[in-house]
Amino acid sequence: MDNHFEAGIDNLRQKLLVMASHAEKAVNESVQSLMQRDHDLALRVRTDDDVIDKFEVEIDELAILLLTKAPLASNLRLVTVAMKISQNLERIGDEATKIAKRARDLSQEPPVKIQLELPRMAGLALAMVKDALDAFVHRDSAAARAIIPRDKEVDALNKQMHQQLAQHMMENPDTIARCLHWIVAAKSLERIADHAKNIAEEVVYLCEAQDIRHALKN
Amino acid sequence: MAEPLIQKLAPQDRPAAATPGGGPFIQIENVSLYYGATKALKEISLSLDQKVVTAFIGPSGCGKSTLLRCLNRMNDLIDNVRIEGSLKVGGYDIYASDVDVIELRKRVGMVFQKSNPFPKSIYENVAYGLRLHGVKNKSDLDDAVEKSLKQSALWDEVKDRLHSSALGLSGGQQQRLCIARAIAIRPDIILMDEPASALDPIATARIEELILNLKKDFTIVIVTHNMQQAARISDQTAFFYIGELVEFGPTAKIFTNPAQKRTEDYVTGRFG
Repeated sequence: MDNHFEAGIDNLRQKLLVMASHAEKAVNESVQSLMQRDHDLALRVRTDDDVIDKFEVEIDELAILLLTKAPLASNLRLVTVAMKISQNLERIGDEATKIAKRARDLSQEPPVKIQLELPRMAGLALAMVKDALDAFVHRDSAAARAIIPRDKEVDALNKQMHQQLAQHMMENPDTIARCLHWIVAAKSLERIADHAKNIAEEVVYLCEAQDIRHALKN
Repeated sequence: MAEPLIQKLAPQDRPAAATPGGGPFIQIENVSLYYGATKALKEISLSLDQKVVTAFIGPSGCGKSTLLRCLNRMNDLIDNVRIEGSLKVGGYDIYASDVDVIELRKRVGMVFQKSNPFPKSIYENVAYGLRLHGVKNKSDLDDAVEKSLKQSALWDEVKDRLHSSALGLSGGQQQRLCIARAIAIRPDIILMDEPASALDPIATARIEELILNLKKDFTIVIVTHNMQQAARISDQTAFFYIGELVEFGPTAKIFTNPAQKRTEDYVTGRFG
């Protein structure tokens, strides 16, 4: 016999995955537009963000409907986790938009002559997003836990880039405006990795019913 | 002039009824019901579409079961009942003087809180209504029994013991048998009065799944005390309180953003 509630849960899961693929694409394209100075692509990323926003609203509506049906145990966790993951994905989309805005502005200016580790940082942040979502799909708690420490590497790269750009600005004051764009873009990538980490923590809660957020701070 | 509500076709061949010219399938207008001097329903107006599940909710004594029983004139069996207003099914006034109540009840089947299979075999329970309506051909009966049992998600469990007593089935199975018996004569509407309240959670889940599958073919009105059940299975919900219809609307709205405070208080368990 079909199970209508399970069908609703499946629908929620599917929507989340489609939303995730849009968010991943947005990050990829925003970084691409930044590195390749692609003005048109940067503009496209900004308009595509509406799609991600709509998913966030739809997922919340569906989740609330499912909550009225009194899900229990793992289904209850799944519904609440889905709402949090969608919120993180929406923020990832927003960060991609921010990167795209900087890419748009930078594409109109001469390039700054500085070797940055931004592509590597983008690769790390994106891999974290992808792995967090894979862990969600496979309900793989161990994989989710393994993502969390990787955020530190992205933080370190951001710090390193920040110092590098500050130094460059001091030495080349005419590049300050452009360097600030790069600082903001790097910060956005750092935030994307934070959101991936949040998603991973939610996956751990989904699988183990254990809240590991802020665990290291305490 | 539209066709009469009750058509004299063999139940299996009968096309599903529809309201001539569209419009709501069940139309309740300004209905009041009195038990003697007590006004149990107060000017209820409600329109229900075809092939949707409607839940009637409300505290005991609010009139939900009374209204449900108006829809197949079960209240006619109670002394001192007086009904005002109009109740139409498929555009026809079911309280008109020329309505054959027996025929009406063929069109509007009912399932009760406590399963009430006949003390007969599983097969005979489902075939009973068809035989009453003059179906004699064995292969027609076999087909109808199989179809009804499949539709009520009972076939796989009973196909090897169709001729055993229905009283040997579990409570949940007996209730699904009663649903099979109700749908065997292909009614347009199935009324359910707390059909799962005497069942355990697993049997309840099966009944709920069954209801969701049956709405493809039938219009279902269900009385339930279980809020989450109403949220899980119904498309629209009507909340009654001391004989009044307080609020009626899409189930999602009733359970997430009711317009009336009394509805919110009831669905969140603050009273009732």
